Amino acid sequence: MPKVLLDKKDIERAITRMSHEIIEKNKGVSSILLAGIQRGGVHIARRLASKLGLIEGTEIPVGILDIALYRDDINVRKEQPVVRRTHMPAEIHGLKVVLVDDVLFTGRSIRAAMDAIMDLGRPSAVQLAVLVDRGHRELPIKADFVGKNIPTSLDETVRVQLSEDGLEDMVVLE
Amino acid sequence: MSLRSKDLTGLKDLSTDDINLIIETAAGFKDVLGRDIKKVPALRGRTTVNLFYEPSTRTRTSFELAAKRLSTDVINVSVSTSSVVKGETLKDTARTIEALGADFIVVRHACSGAAHFLADNLGSSVINAGDGTNEHPTQALLDIFTIKEKKGSVAGLKVAIVGDILHSRVAKSNIYGLTKLGAEIKLIGPPTLVPLCFGDLGPSVYYDMDEGLKDADIVMTLRIQSERQGKGFFPSTDEYFKNWGLTSKRLLKAKEDVMVMHPGPMNRGVEISSDVADGERSVILEQVTNGLAVRMAVLYLLSGAKQ
Repeated sequence: MPKVLLDKKDIERAITRMSHEIIEKNKGVSSILLAGIQRGGVHIARRLASKLGLIEGTEIPVGILDIALYRDDINVRKEQPVVRRTHMPAEIHGLKVVLVDDVLFTGRSIRAAMDAIMDLGRPSAVQLAVLVDRGHRELPIKADFVGKNIPTSLDETVRVQLSEDGLEDMVVLE
Repeated sequence: MSLRSKDLTGLKDLSTDDINLIIETAAGFKDVLGRDIKKVPALRGRTTVNLFYEPSTRTRTSFELAAKRLSTDVINVSVSTSSVVKGETLKDTARTIEALGADFIVVRHACSGAAHFLADNLGSSVINAGDGTNEHPTQALLDIFTIKEKKGSVAGLKVAIVGDILHSRVAKSNIYGLTKLGAEIKLIGPPTLVPLCFGDLGPSVYYDMDEGLKDADIVMTLRIQSERQGKGFFPSTDEYFKNWGLTSKRLLKAKEDVMVMHPGPMNRGVEISSDVADGERSVILEQVTNGLAVRMAVLYLLSGAKQ
């Protein structure tokens, strides 16, 4: 039985709170770049950017990061992960890069994302924002900004669906 | 996502879905090539062997760079300094290389069907880098990638391929690939080099250059291989240029936004004039850059293919 963990309103509140936390931790947004991890993280990054922009009255750059080529399971999987585009609107050198993903699980995607970002330049700091932290880390990785902590069991799936994909905003446990 | 086969031997047997998958994946790799660090760890620990029985600069270099930028180890076997001169057969050479642990064997050979033959006899992934007059799939894939990048889509475009179609593996792969994607192909050249039977594959055949170029969106000129001269295919390179050489005047017959392509190496003043080759309609050097991205995509996607 699928269970709704966050509805449209909850997601909106989570984005708002995370935005405030990002501003507070970084004492503003002057050298921030949000890097959304393909695919789920990209939408969340855009939402955070527009909220941050609204609060601070300035435009926040949003990059798109594809991690397929940095994954640690390429030699194990039968099917290769789909390679998508990577695009940064600016040189990331010296910027504070906030990696953004929809769900934090084993931490392996984030490890790959950190390697991918380091190949693009040398940010002054890398932080992590996720909409949902479902636990079960396999690497020493911790998010700086979390929309909601949700304890799960390993056989469950957390699905984030967003209006950008033509669906109703919702986080579901299946 | 992965390709359906462990090998890439030609576009004749490649599905439209697989062609599109390679093209889309190549776009991601082109991003990588634009960075300061042009290398990704995706295929760490794999080995690529370039086995070239025919001379090649751009294709071999391109495959070597593509393999290195995916972090595979690369070995180039140059046949003139190998056991082949001691009489070893193609199959034995390839199986020896496979026994050394090669994951990818990139092969170029003067015999049509050489890549198919190796693919059937080896467990490694075999990539055809040109077999006789049969196919040169990665060249056609990079041409398709370049067309898609510049024109948005391939379907409905009029593509004129000019020159030695008979001996050209590039032309054949392009005919197979572009036809699958819905392009309209016109083949242009002297009757000796463009036999009418090519019409059976789908394209229309023209012996008059001006007529064939009419309304073309793309003009692809092929190298007139000097080894063909003096064998009765055409009287002289001068006369060839006069009748089928691509000049800026001739190019006016094509669409205003026509794109000029050439797989290289070029013979300036034989199949193409210098002002066209270096002109603003030419994408010849971009084809070379795109070739790298496409070959990276092919290696990457084959590495996931089911054995």
